[in-house]
Amino acid sequence: MPAALQTEKLCKSFGALTVADNIDFRLEPGARHALIGPNGAGKTTFVNMLTGVLAPTSGKILLDGEEITRTNQAARVRRGLGRTFQITTLFRNLPVLDNVALSIAERTGVARRMWRSASSHKDIIEEAGNLLAALGLADEAAAAAQDLPYGKQRLLEIAVTLGLKPRVLLLDEPAAGVPSHDSGLVLRQLEKLSSDIAVLIIEHDMDLVFRFASRITVLVQGQVLVEGTPAEIAADRRVRDVYLGEGHG
Amino acid sequence: MSGYTAATRIRWTEWLPWIAALAFFFLMPEYLSLGARILIFILFALSLDLILGYAGIVTLGHSAFFGLGAYTAGIVSAKLGVQDNFLQLIAAAGAAAALGAATGAIILRTRALTLLMLTLAITAILLEIANKWSSVTGGADGLSGVTVAPILGLFKFDIFNRTAFLYGLGVLFVAWWVVRRIIYSPFGAVLTGIRENRARMHAVGAPVYGRMVLIYAISATIAGIAGALLTQVNQFVGLNVLGLEPSGDILVMLILGGVGRLYGAFVGPVIYLIAQDWLAKQYPEYWYFGVGALLIAVVLFAPGGILGLADQVRDKCLRLFKPRSSAKASAR
Repeated sequence: MPAALQTEKLCKSFGALTVADNIDFRLEPGARHALIGPNGAGKTTFVNMLTGVLAPTSGKILLDGEEITRTNQAARVRRGLGRTFQITTLFRNLPVLDNVALSIAERTGVARRMWRSASSHKDIIEEAGNLLAALGLADEAAAAAQDLPYGKQRLLEIAVTLGLKPRVLLLDEPAAGVPSHDSGLVLRQLEKLSSDIAVLIIEHDMDLVFRFASRITVLVQGQVLVEGTPAEIAADRRVRDVYLGEGHG
Repeated sequence: MSGYTAATRIRWTEWLPWIAALAFFFLMPEYLSLGARILIFILFALSLDLILGYAGIVTLGHSAFFGLGAYTAGIVSAKLGVQDNFLQLIAAAGAAAALGAATGAIILRTRALTLLMLTLAITAILLEIANKWSSVTGGADGLSGVTVAPILGLFKFDIFNRTAFLYGLGVLFVAWWVVRRIIYSPFGAVLTGIRENRARMHAVGAPVYGRMVLIYAISATIAGIAGALLTQVNQFVGLNVLGLEPSGDILVMLILGGVGRLYGAFVGPVIYLIAQDWLAKQYPEYWYFGVGALLIAVVLFAPGGILGLADQVRDKCLRLFKPRSSAKASAR
């Protein structure tokens, strides 16, 4: 069975600076996988290559066994690769419901329609409503996205991505900027995600990582340092030295 | 506001412009020439609003399509002998659509200042072609000899501009209805999404570039029809339909009325052209000063245009007189 998402010898350099160095990575179908590493390890560059924002210098990216290295961002999304952003990326002035409806309309092909009114597409609106309800945002459907508290904006961003029914979901620091009493809110929703979706989470909040992920990859200076179960990672000396050492003194 | 949560039924206030136009027709017959001109610029502003107000594409070259439409209608009439008004409109619309699609496909890969300069360059090139290719365009003298057969074989263009006004009103009505449908459609919601956050649109898998080229071509088509109307009403085409000046004028009109609002495109040209007409009579030498002062006042005190200001005033009044119902209205 091919990996949900896989990279082979993925490299990226900006001039003399190498930010991704021969990264071999496998995300299994339905996996709960975390990517961690100290600041500047190249996590965001890696995600940007996976999603098609940046072109790799060399190497391959495969989605469900098919090469997507040169496929553009929108086409990767249509093939089932959804992502959320480290910095909240929403339609801030639009209603919460419209944020989700826009993504569902793209997935279903409704977005091309020019004649019937958007608000008469009850199926889209109903699906958006259900998705919001599932993430506990039903009461805020009519509010402007920018008026939501930050934790809920992070959830809305996940809802927008789930509207695409991705098979692979990349979560770039879903709890970044969320006050610690709300990060549980995000985690609870993440735990409810369908097991059909392979999830790769990039996160600084170690609590969240160790509770959510069943596999962890540690990236240091653009290279994979080690990969294993949370217990293996927690026990690994090298990881303690380069990474956990930072936070735990 | 368009989108999935918008009420799309036509509200009674949306009939007001049409009632006002008909009232104008009967009450002020001596101003129908100005009236027809206003209708044409409303149509032109409406086309600009589609790309600027909804998709967020900034342009200083929208006159390229207006001017190409004007010249196409003029040339097919004066040089090719096509006198049917609808055939002239179709030829103009087709030419403008083709130019919109072709140039849009190239320039919409760029953004911001580069895009602005490229739009300006295209209309400047067309202006130069119209100026130099005088055997076809009439050059600096303009293109005369434009004839338009009676509309539907019944209504001749008369010296009082009655036919011109009602014909312009009819075309504008159809265009308004089409534009309104587009704005409220899922495609219209996509345009708003592109304007609000392009990175997010890419991330939901939207073919952003293709959609922008499409709306650019649609907008160009409507601008071309507006240009053709001007030719038909004036029975003449001059170089002043191309270049920076008409592009700037229409931008100013739209900003005056309110960008990104369907009816901003209606209010702006009415105020601008009436002010221009009145100021030009009162102060023939300084009328542009008055227009400039009006624009400064609007951008300083009403950044949402005159309609934005009207919304603010209405909200304030509602809050003063009916605190409860306004709270309800805003909750909806």
